[in-house]
Amino acid sequence: MSKFKKKSESSQDIPTAALPDIIFMLLFFFMVTTVLRETELKVEQNIPRAEQLVKLEKKKLVTYLYVGAPKDESLGSESRIQANDAFIGIEGIVQWVNQEKSKLSEVERDQITISLKVDEETKMGIIVDIQTELREANARKIMYAAPTKARDN
Amino acid sequence: MARSKDKGSQEVNAGSMADIAFLLLIFFLVTTQIATNKGLTLLLPPKQEEDEPIEIKQQERNLFKIQINSADRLLVEEEPLDDVTQIRDMVYDFVLNFGNPSDKKKGKNEVSDNDVYASLPASMKSYIGRNLGSSDSADGPGSAIISLKADRGSSYDIFISILDELNAAYNRIYGERVGLTDEEFRKLNRNDPRQKEMYDRARSGIPKAISIAEPSTVGG
Repeated sequence: MSKFKKKSESSQDIPTAALPDIIFMLLFFFMVTTVLRETELKVEQNIPRAEQLVKLEKKKLVTYLYVGAPKDESLGSESRIQANDAFIGIEGIVQWVNQEKSKLSEVERDQITISLKVDEETKMGIIVDIQTELREANARKIMYAAPTKARDN
Repeated sequence: MARSKDKGSQEVNAGSMADIAFLLLIFFLVTTQIATNKGLTLLLPPKQEEDEPIEIKQQERNLFKIQINSADRLLVEEEPLDDVTQIRDMVYDFVLNFGNPSDKKKGKNEVSDNDVYASLPASMKSYIGRNLGSSDSADGPGSAIISLKADRGSSYDIFISILDELNAAYNRIYGERVGLTDEEFRKLNRNDPRQKEMYDRARSGIPKAISIAEPSTVGG
């Protein structure tokens, strides 16, 4: 009896010595791929999905503009524009674009791409106004950011 | 006796190591958002100069008009349309309608409509020969323009779905021209010279002319 017991005891548990290593590997993967959010969103962001998406190669040239109803309800439900960390008005866009352009090197300035992250509830009026201002600021490459929609056929 | 006791307390207890690592892992899992840089690209027209003539008269048949009113209802080529997905096929037929192809060289690559037609694969040519070529529609891909006019009160949601359809139509044309599906065409990597050549070949002579018209502030 006691003989049997001893034998089975020694091979009872799975070796877990390698487990921390595996977990650490996963951990490092996520640590490396993580980008901590640099801006705090102040507007609603329910971005409509689309199918025909294009991936932008040069991430450095992309700057983001967020449009949507403010999360803070005391500011009303009218769509607002957020650049970096603050709300800006339509008239502030040209100045903001020039500011962003000056962060890039001289040759890349004309290739700046503005990525518009727009809430689906937004009306087109404000989008058109933004486009007019961007033309004014000579930032002609724009992108409507959108997550992928599953194909249904 | 004492020896066996020593043996037991020699190792550091690493059992909780996995738990600590798990905790960190879950933290990063939750805070991670793999950055997405995807979207629908659009090139805006250059800035309007004050003294430049604003209106360049386009032939009516070369314009494919899509209008959206404030209730998100569509008017496509002066007719109401409920199903957004139909736009894809309509635009496909419109752009490839060689109604009156010219020999005039256009664009920076100097490609005329007839050159474009000659470069199409046989399956597309026969489709065009059978179904298209109406003189009421676009003269050729070089002059076809899609005009999208959204009322100020229309929603961004419908605008994106239409823009998506327009891009789908163009990607299908480009893809078919070089023997790919629209999805394969979209995924072409332009940093690879061979794929870049394919991309350029697909696009030469067929500009993606999507114009976002200024909305009228009255009516709708």
